Amino acid sequence: MSSAFEQRGNGTAEARPKITVSDLTMAYGGSLIMQDLNFTVNERDIFIIMGGSGSGKSTLLRHLLGLHQPARGTIHYQGSSAGFWEMATPERERMLRRFGVLYQGGALWSSMTLAENVALPLQEYAALEAEEISALSSLKLALVGLSGFEDYYPSEISGGMKKRAGLARAMALDPDILFFDEPSAGLDPLSSRRLDDLILDLRDSLRATIVVVTHELASIFAIANNSVLLDGQSKTMIASGNPKRLLAESKDPRVLDFLTRGEGTIHG
Amino acid sequence: MEQVDLQYARGPDGTLRVALAGDWKLARGLPQSQGVIEEIERSPLPRKVTFETGVLAGWDSGLLTFLLALLSRCAQLGVEVDRQGLPEGVSRLLALATAVPATPGRRSSKPEPVLARVGGVAIGFWIGFGEMLAFVGEAFLSLLRLFAGKARFRRSDFLLVLQDCGARSLPIVALINLLVGLILAFVGAIELRRFGAQIYVADLVGIGMLREIAPIMTGIIVTGRTGASFAAQLGTMEANEEIDALRTLGIPPMDFLVLPRLLALALMMPLLCLYADLLGIAGGLVVAGSMLQVSPMQYLLETAHAVHLNDLFLGLFMSAVFGVLVALAGCMRGVRSGRSASAVGEATTSAVVTGIVSIVVATAIITVISYVLGI
Repeated sequence: MSSAFEQRGNGTAEARPKITVSDLTMAYGGSLIMQDLNFTVNERDIFIIMGGSGSGKSTLLRHLLGLHQPARGTIHYQGSSAGFWEMATPERERMLRRFGVLYQGGALWSSMTLAENVALPLQEYAALEAEEISALSSLKLALVGLSGFEDYYPSEISGGMKKRAGLARAMALDPDILFFDEPSAGLDPLSSRRLDDLILDLRDSLRATIVVVTHELASIFAIANNSVLLDGQSKTMIASGNPKRLLAESKDPRVLDFLTRGEGTIHG
Repeated sequence: MEQVDLQYARGPDGTLRVALAGDWKLARGLPQSQGVIEEIERSPLPRKVTFETGVLAGWDSGLLTFLLALLSRCAQLGVEVDRQGLPEGVSRLLALATAVPATPGRRSSKPEPVLARVGGVAIGFWIGFGEMLAFVGEAFLSLLRLFAGKARFRRSDFLLVLQDCGARSLPIVALINLLVGLILAFVGAIELRRFGAQIYVADLVGIGMLREIAPIMTGIIVTGRTGASFAAQLGTMEANEEIDALRTLGIPPMDFLVLPRLLALALMMPLLCLYADLLGIAGGLVVAGSMLQVSPMQYLLETAHAVHLNDLFLGLFMSAVFGVLVALAGCMRGVRSGRSASAVGEATTSAVVTGIVSIVVATAIITVISYVLGI
């Protein structure tokens, strides 16, 4: 038997572009951050934005999230009629609702309980009964292992739990694209590993596309199937593709240095 | 789009077969799980629950909440559930959602009895009072360290606070006190004109502004402007663990953060008050000149005749006291603030409330004492 769902579930062979970035130049107040960025994030990718500290990773993420307008170039999302900034405001807002974002520290609203944090996007954008919303927010919290913490305030839970609660909120509206800003920052190795597993699980079960900003090599090799490497000095991207393949095939010493933690240079 | 469809029936072997079809999306409105649950509860209990999802077109979290409700009821009743028929993604998410057992530490939503709440507030008030005394004591010790030359703070911080609470407050202090001088003269003029005693407007404005009104108005402006900003600054520093960082370096936050603010306000408030005195008198002069046909020279002479140095010094002394009170209130609320955005907001509010209340109380005390002493 072949249902529509199964067709969709197995239809990963042909890669369909989810986000297409072309000729992107980013600048802040007149000073250039990055230029000539060209890459494609495919449907159901786990796409990593890599780069050293201060190389512009978070700035690129903010551009992808529509928080900053590019100085030049376009960012096109699947299913939209034009590039993000070429669309009218209502269409842009509809597009934003397809995104889920996990910010570095979780960015939970401190005056609301965890359940209220997760429920807010649902109350704003989904026409649902209060009971359904509360069932959904409990479900999302259970998915990240925070079942029973519905009535806690963010100040009462640990940093790792805040991060997971932030993820529950990011998933509230069943997003198409999930963005993670440094998901393993401030987590112990085991929690960080569990978060990686969770990301893989979510990609497979939610059928979402995932974009992760990180410089944690262990995470990168564990989850990524596509990536872009930013270089702060040359102010552009110096590699893109599957990180494992980059490690095996790239000849660029900067790329190898990054992916081997400098062992390329240290050992000659 | 296919219609959402839910069917369930018991087989001859006691198995309850649940068939899901269509597009199970929240936006399309989903069937309630109540019907199936009632069927499961019906005696005799089904031997097993199985799922058929062969023609399921799509799903989102709505399907998951539906299934979770079903699964948890089955677990309570001890009915076996066969999840094999569910799409793979759904089973994975269900496994994920049930992987970590619910924490039993869920708080009870039962409201506390009234007596317990009253008691809690009273205890909280008492603790707060103790903390306030401790803070004032610490500030005093810090001041002693300053006189002994042992207190450490950056001079540039002190100058910055000095500039912020002094020079940058001038415009608002000027505007408010000029207007208050005008108002005072205006109210006085209406009454005094009936007795032909217009000239005494100068006495009213001069004595009123110098002794009470200029220090109080300046104090209230500074509370809202500087006291609130102290509380917000220090509260945010507390939230960012900046104050802890000072403590672990062995630098007392009291010396480093509170002392410069305290000194700056205690120094600047009398100067602001002096400035406010002059502008208040100028406000009175405008009314006297325009409404009462009193010439500026007459007005100034009458003012000089009416006010004495002790009026001026009393006002300046009061404003120095207010400066200390406002700085202490702002810094105390900031340093004692919680570590969240709303806690910093509360700290700011309570700094302003504490500041204004302490200004009014201090004015009452000083006024009574000066009356008794005949100043």
